[in-house]
Amino acid sequence: MAAPASDTLLQQFTGRKTRGVLRFVILGLIAGAAVSSRLFSVIRFESIIHEFDPWFNFRATKYLVQNGFYSFWDWFDDRTWHPLGRVTGGTLYPGLMVTSGVIYHALRALTLPVDIRNICVLLAPGFSGLTAFATYLLTSEMVASPSAGLLAAAFMGITPGYISRSVAGSYDNEAIAIFLLVFTFFLWIKAVKNGSMFWGALTALFYGYMVSAWGGYVFITNLLPLHAFVLICMGRYSPRLYVSYTSWYALGTLASMQIPFVGFLPIRSSEHMSSLGVFGLIQIVGFVEYVRVQLPNKQFQTLLRALVFVIFVVAFGGLVVLTVSGTIAPWSGRFYSLWDTAYAKIHIPIIASVSEHQPTAWPAFFFDLSMMIWLFPAGVYMCFRSLTDEQVFIVIYSVLASYFAGVMVRLMLTLTPIVCVASAMAFSQILDTYLDAKIPEQGAKENGSSDPAKVAAAVLPDGLRSTRNPLVGIYSYASRLTVIGASTVYLMLFVLHCTWVTSNAYSSPSVVLASRLPDGSQHIIDDYREAYYWLRQNTPDNAKVMSWWDYGYQIGGMADRPTLVDNNTWNNTHIATVGKAMSSREEVSYPIMRQHEVDYVLVVFGGLLGYSGDDINKFLWMVRIAEGIWPEEVKERNFFTQRGEYRVDEEATPTMKNSLMYKMSYYNYNSLFPAGQATDRVRGVRLPAEGPQLSTIEEAFTSENWIIRIYKVKEPDNFGRDHQSATAFDKGHKKKRASKRKGPRVLRVE
Amino acid sequence: MAPKKAQSHTAPSAQSASSTPAKSSSKSSGNALDAQEIVLGVWNKYVEKTPQRVKLLDCFMLFLAVVGALQFLYCIIVGNFPFNAFLAGFSACVGQFVLTASLRIQTNPENKKEFETTSPERAFADYVFGSFLLHFFCVNFIN
Repeated sequence: MAAPASDTLLQQFTGRKTRGVLRFVILGLIAGAAVSSRLFSVIRFESIIHEFDPWFNFRATKYLVQNGFYSFWDWFDDRTWHPLGRVTGGTLYPGLMVTSGVIYHALRALTLPVDIRNICVLLAPGFSGLTAFATYLLTSEMVASPSAGLLAAAFMGITPGYISRSVAGSYDNEAIAIFLLVFTFFLWIKAVKNGSMFWGALTALFYGYMVSAWGGYVFITNLLPLHAFVLICMGRYSPRLYVSYTSWYALGTLASMQIPFVGFLPIRSSEHMSSLGVFGLIQIVGFVEYVRVQLPNKQFQTLLRALVFVIFVVAFGGLVVLTVSGTIAPWSGRFYSLWDTAYAKIHIPIIASVSEHQPTAWPAFFFDLSMMIWLFPAGVYMCFRSLTDEQVFIVIYSVLASYFAGVMVRLMLTLTPIVCVASAMAFSQILDTYLDAKIPEQGAKENGSSDPAKVAAAVLPDGLRSTRNPLVGIYSYASRLTVIGASTVYLMLFVLHCTWVTSNAYSSPSVVLASRLPDGSQHIIDDYREAYYWLRQNTPDNAKVMSWWDYGYQIGGMADRPTLVDNNTWNNTHIATVGKAMSSREEVSYPIMRQHEVDYVLVVFGGLLGYSGDDINKFLWMVRIAEGIWPEEVKERNFFTQRGEYRVDEEATPTMKNSLMYKMSYYNYNSLFPAGQATDRVRGVRLPAEGPQLSTIEEAFTSENWIIRIYKVKEPDNFGRDHQSATAFDKGHKKKRASKRKGPRVLRVE
Repeated sequence: MAPKKAQSHTAPSAQSASSTPAKSSSKSSGNALDAQEIVLGVWNKYVEKTPQRVKLLDCFMLFLAVVGALQFLYCIIVGNFPFNAFLAGFSACVGQFVLTASLRIQTNPENKKEFETTSPERAFADYVFGSFLLHFFCVNFIN
């Protein structure tokens, strides 16, 4: 028995170097796979910034690169939120832009003149490689087996749940934030394990970076204190915990306050109070613990518990009192909607209107995580079996993140890392068990149980109870091959699924649309850019464009024209004003548009092409948001028919038919079809024979497939008439006056 | 109950050994004479057994606690007008206090088994690193 043991030991010594190299190569390959699976969009379409928010980030990055850091920091943007402007430098998370700015300048210094756009497009794939590496590190901290780390890295690299936000061109905060999230957790685990100020300070540093990059940093702010709190409650307080937590909190809070957008929030808002509370708690626990060591006394244990409880109650009560009295800002709306899913729908339509804030549908979990969704609980269960400090973290993280992912679609992103880690732990357990070709000998009792015992390395009181199983006959090659074969098939299916999802669901830029022609070839629909470039080239530099807020960033980025509202949505009233202008009659809308100096109005209309994400489908949100501010003037009920249907055809309500949005969408649409044949292909209905008439605005541009329609707001009439009568005059509906005039003329001829 | 609460409010400052009297108040629910003995015993033990270096650290922590408390008092009495400045000063105190406490814990021979990998030199290097970061942030924040 001794000889083989020393043999394997020797093998491990010689094999260590090779293994290190292999591990390195494998990680490199995983990073390569992670990057390349995100390039579908570049290959299918082109190197272009996607969707909505990335356009703003791109614009801000360009500004940073052109004007330098300090003017970026003090940037006041007068080209958005038209009459108001936006203190952009103080109201954004600068991490993303600064990162790509730094990369840009570094490459310049290396005499590699790369276009800033390409850096922005490829930033997310690049960071996904780093995320895979960070996941490897995190998982390696959790279990001894290195294969778990590699599996986790591979899972993280290609799982659709993360790819959905990090394909090439999706230049959003999440692109770097997920890497920072995972890496911060890794540093935290490291700090807790070693009880080191150094790791704690590094955690704080990366936490600060995370704060500068994404609003989701609050997740870390609450998760780490929760971890510490649970450890304390489990009676696992140790000086290591004190060192790591306090050094993280003291430095991390200061670091987070450096970001102007965050400012004093860490000491003012309720979301950050838990970390402060645990900070105070850990001081007290540390002190009491210190005294207990000095004075061994059994009473102390009970006293400690009582003290912890009392202080928790006092702190919580104080928090409630302070929140009620208004010293601490109450929870922001987005957080309420996390606890009560119906909250947003009732109180804040603007949050509810964003599709990524909707609750997750259950197929989305399978779609985004595939087989990991059933491996995940197994991994969490394994953590329960040997509950070391860092595995407690996994349990807490998975419970919290599962809940949040169920509440809000976009928070699937925070769930993904832990799912990868946990399922990799479960999967590597299977592989490690069945790939071990050794057949245990007679005296292999220890040998057989050493495998699970490895997991239970940090032996806990009850660690061995469940692992002392008798040897069962799974040592035959047949049974092993079955299990290994099955797992290989699962892995292959997983890769297939991920690739399929990535290429089909997540690689569309949504600025450029693709469709298939009947012969199977790809047809690119490029209406958005067509229209934005029309604006850029045919309108004066400071022509204000009014559109629904979804398109604000794109207009700012691609057309470079001032907008009234954009995706920042910081001013609900302003958005409601636009909503009111869109949903009211022309006579009401025109003064609003004049007051806001609107020159052009842009609507998205998918009726011709069957593009369902158009403004008529979003129209009810405009109505709802406007109704939130002017309940007297805009009423959602009036847009529904008697039977409560939302219709655009003949039976649409008069309010609907007279609304500016309806008119702009369907203006002149009839002329495309034979008389009475006009159909809307999104709603699948036939439209009224007579199309709407416009008087205060005129059609300026309609893109190839009619997706974007731009209207010019008319100047006030030269003769001081209102526009209705002016239009009527131009059209020749001037019967009354004409007949009066015709009289004398007829006389004169005769 | 009241003394306990008082202690919880001054939690960051009540951590060091120098504030053992505060602890005694929480124990005083029992026998007053007994408590006095205990306090005296703890104090004597502290004076005798604590190494000189650790005592130095304790003095520094006491100083930081006093400075922090003074700043807090100033903030309450006079007002917090340059709030940045107050926060920076106060959190510099708290942060430094916490870091010093960590250093004290790590270098304490009693905690040897918790910190097997951390030598006193390593602990001090960590301390310097942490303090650098802390003061960088504070100076940046103070405006």
